[in-house]
Amino acid sequence: MLYINCPHCGMRSQNEFSYGGDASVKRPELNKEVSDQEWDDFVYNRKSLRGKHLELWQHISGCRQWIKVERDTATHEIFRTFKADEEVA
Amino acid sequence: MTQAFRIKNVGLINRDKKLSFKFNGTTYFGFEGDTLASALLANGVHLVGRSFKYHRPRGFFGAGVDEPYAVVQLYRNSETEPNIKATEQELFEGLEAKSVNCWPSVNFDIGAINNFLKIFLPAGFYYKTFMWPKSFWYRIYEPFIRKAAGLGVASTKHDKERYEHKYEYCDLLIAGSGPSGLASAYAAAKNGAKVILAEDKPRFGGSLLTSDVNIGNQSGKDWAEGIIAELKTMPNVVVKNRSQIFGYYDHNMLVMSEKVSDHLPETKKYHPNKRLWYIRAKEVLISSGSIERPIVFGNNDTPGVMLSSAAKEYLKVYGVLVGRKPLVFTNNDSGYETAIEFKKHGVDPVVLDSRKNPESEIIDEAKNLGINMKNSYVVVAAQGYKKVKYADIASISEDKKKLGKIESIQCDCICVSGFWTPTIHLASQSGNKTKFKEEIDAFVPGQSKQNEITLGAANGVFSLDETLKTSFKAGSELSKKITENDNEIPIPNVVEKKSSQHDRFWCVPLPKGKNYKRFLDFQNDVAVSDVEIALREGYRSIEHVKRYTTLGMATDQGKTSNLNGLQLVSEIENKVVPAVGHTTFRPPYTPVSIGAIVGREVGKHSRPTRKSPMHEWHEKNNAVFVDAGVWLRPRYYKRGNENLFEASKREAKNVRTNVGVCDVTTLGKIDVKGPDAAELLNRVYTNSWLKLPVGKARYGVMLREDGIVMDDGTTTRISESHYHMTTTTAQAANVLSHLEYYLQLVWPELNVNVVSTTEQWAGAAIAGPKSRDLLQKLFPNSDVSNEGLPFMGYMEGDLFGVKARIFRISFSGELAYEVNVESDYGNFMWEKIIEVGEEFNIQPYGTEALSTLRIEMGHVAGSELDGRTIPYDNALEGLVSKKKDFIGKRSLQRSAFTAENRQRIVGVVPLDKQTSIPEGSHLVKDDKAPLPNSKLGHISASCWSVEHDNPFSLAILKDGKKMIGQKLFAMSPLKNKVIPVEIVSSHYVDPKGERVRS
Ligand SMILES: [Zn+2]
Repeated sequence: MLYINCPHCGMRSQNEFSYGGDASVKRPELNKEVSDQEWDDFVYNRKSLRGKHLELWQHISGCRQWIKVERDTATHEIFRTFKADEEVA
Repeated sequence: MTQAFRIKNVGLINRDKKLSFKFNGTTYFGFEGDTLASALLANGVHLVGRSFKYHRPRGFFGAGVDEPYAVVQLYRNSETEPNIKATEQELFEGLEAKSVNCWPSVNFDIGAINNFLKIFLPAGFYYKTFMWPKSFWYRIYEPFIRKAAGLGVASTKHDKERYEHKYEYCDLLIAGSGPSGLASAYAAAKNGAKVILAEDKPRFGGSLLTSDVNIGNQSGKDWAEGIIAELKTMPNVVVKNRSQIFGYYDHNMLVMSEKVSDHLPETKKYHPNKRLWYIRAKEVLISSGSIERPIVFGNNDTPGVMLSSAAKEYLKVYGVLVGRKPLVFTNNDSGYETAIEFKKHGVDPVVLDSRKNPESEIIDEAKNLGINMKNSYVVVAAQGYKKVKYADIASISEDKKKLGKIESIQCDCICVSGFWTPTIHLASQSGNKTKFKEEIDAFVPGQSKQNEITLGAANGVFSLDETLKTSFKAGSELSKKITENDNEIPIPNVVEKKSSQHDRFWCVPLPKGKNYKRFLDFQNDVAVSDVEIALREGYRSIEHVKRYTTLGMATDQGKTSNLNGLQLVSEIENKVVPAVGHTTFRPPYTPVSIGAIVGREVGKHSRPTRKSPMHEWHEKNNAVFVDAGVWLRPRYYKRGNENLFEASKREAKNVRTNVGVCDVTTLGKIDVKGPDAAELLNRVYTNSWLKLPVGKARYGVMLREDGIVMDDGTTTRISESHYHMTTTTAQAANVLSHLEYYLQLVWPELNVNVVSTTEQWAGAAIAGPKSRDLLQKLFPNSDVSNEGLPFMGYMEGDLFGVKARIFRISFSGELAYEVNVESDYGNFMWEKIIEVGEEFNIQPYGTEALSTLRIEMGHVAGSELDGRTIPYDNALEGLVSKKKDFIGKRSLQRSAFTAENRQRIVGVVPLDKQTSIPEGSHLVKDDKAPLPNSKLGHISASCWSVEHDNPFSLAILKDGKKMIGQKLFAMSPLKNKVIPVEIVSSHYVDPKGERVRS
């Protein structure tokens, strides 16, 4: 079971969180003309990387905040975690 | 029965407490502190079972967790449990056990005929023999295998025992209380670190209980006792016996199974049977020791052949002689230690050593005691069927290929030592890249992946002096990093006998003309010849060989067999062992009972049961409940002998004619507050929300980004910047997460807060033509006329002194209202509604009537919003705004979603107006068409229309719009029904929606 550092609450076990997918995906702005390709990339197309991956988790049984977690998908090592509005350098 | 093989004054058992127990129906006696195995051996019982495949007689091979044979069915406190190792099960008064794998009995076993039908069960026999003909599998093979084999029977009764789960955090978790575990725990504890020390056996001390060593001028055993006693007094230390750490998971999470009650005749009141610990450790010290490995020779599975370390443990811990004429067969010095213990207790052993000229302090001691020893000698085969009677022995050439003349030697047990295999399971599970250590012919942990180190014998270090030095140091350094204390611990001096290099010899060649079975895996009956066949047949990867031969796949997971299997593969393949590699070690290290894994989450405890504040009222009024998500809801209220169908029809009809009341507390409720609340709703729902006035409700549909309907519900503007959103019961949690996602990540600029208020409000839906009259009586001071409270209106009212929210919304299609009060007043509200409603013939109605009402109105619910439909499919396209953007809007342009013949909701009526259509039925054009008969749609919900008094269903049908009036067939292969139907409008009742506005 992963041990995730919630930037709001501290170290918590994985069973307090729910997974939210790729954090690098940006929703196209509202009322903007979007091509089929762009929209499909936003809704469906994901890379399924092996290695370092920035992903979303929600601390669903804790502070309910969505956070960003930088995790290695092969080794499960967690490098850093960020608040939702924190810039990832 | 006497304990003929028990010797006086030796061992750690409590001789003041005699215990009686039964094995295969015979009563025996043992002592407190025995295991079932030691007590049976004390009584001279060596035959405990039959082997899995060939049904050969089985005795005891080990003395603990490594035991491959002595698996029994245990009976305790009128319960039974299979797969119990007799070597681990502690004796208690009244214990009963039976052999497994024996049909009809351990002494006469029909399955043993397999032993003589050698062709029947070679390697891969599962794959080859039972493949054809297919029909034989169920009728002949499987029943035969199940009856003749298997490792016991699981109980079919409800398990009365309680199992608990516990979460724990510590600085250092130490697995194993041998010398390395004790030393590292002690050093770390002295530095103030929070330490958990776990020992799987009942007694602490590991190898110190049986080895002849001195630590700090006392015996190893006394030193261990002293350390444990001190650790137990320290507040920062948890010391646990009977506790097996069986799994090492990500981020230093380990799981331990503590046997709290298995050693007692019955579980004490308020105690669990087992406790599962989830331990998150900063550092893990693995001191799990090593397991002696066998040397392979002919008939090496005969009862009486056992590990030399086990023979020593039975003697030193339990005061039991495993034989009076022991033959010790060794390739290293450990066999001599066992021989010395025999000699010291008046038994004359013979030692066969495969080495030519071994010399060491231990061997000198054996020599001085006058022990009979033969060098360059091996056991060729054990002889005797149910017990060793004698052994064929021979000298062996230096290249270990040629045997000398076969001689016979009388013996009643053969104690084997093929050197030691470090127990690296936990390290390997943690992701450690293990490496092969030439000097000991075994794998040891290599590069750590997590915060873990392995100490002592588990790390391939067999000198006590070195083990203690490294373990004190490791415990002290790791704890210092965490606590920043640095308390020096003097390392005690150690007296131990030096041993010499072992012989890399592990398998005795077959003598000419003999075809003895030489077993590698004792529990799964895998012999040398099986692995040879597998390799001849082309299997190369050790993982494939394992699966084809089942080597190491039994409940002991090959603790004694894996390494010899690797040796064999490497020899045949002319590869070195590290190149062959070992199979993956997976948790659990030892079998863990399902009860322990499940814990308290059984039956109603497997998930919370949520009840509305009116639950007791429903119970008192004969409600029959149904699970709705995590909620319990009344399905119908039973009157007299009514069944579900009759009751729900009565309740639904009463709504259409008078007035009904339904508990709708379970609906999800979310408070949406803030200056941008309207803007959020406008982006989340498909219709527009910016102009909804205060005091008005609106129905809304929300989509996922892929255009599929996620949920629906009404949302009411309570005040300028405060909205009350409702969701379906099932989607409440998902909708909240969905809103939080957009507010926190996508549109953080919106100034809105959302919070679940589901539990804060109790809700009652009042529906039916007389609902307004009832409402007026409930709220005499409010104007609830059609003008005062129009359709989709909202007001606050005073319900006999309780503040209430009144919504004019309808799910049933009738004139209807929903009243909410704070949860604590829920029951008060409900009783008032029933009391005041009496004169209007009010009846409570359950979910079944609720469904009937909504189905015949054509209102969609979960069965239509099933994660596969878009607004159009549900005839909700009128709610999709063309002007503004919203979540999922762009997806609605996908060609499949705009196709001319897109699926759409319709009504379905059976032509005979009699036959109810099973939900899930497929709609087809031609019921006689050859299979696969292509489906046009499916029945999503069915009811008995109380308005028309005939069956009515909703369906999602391809090109539904144009299908109205068509005749199709509803087919349900599950219910074996073919029903001719007509497609009608989904609005079967009041298609213009006049009633809700009346
Ligand atoms: Zn948090």
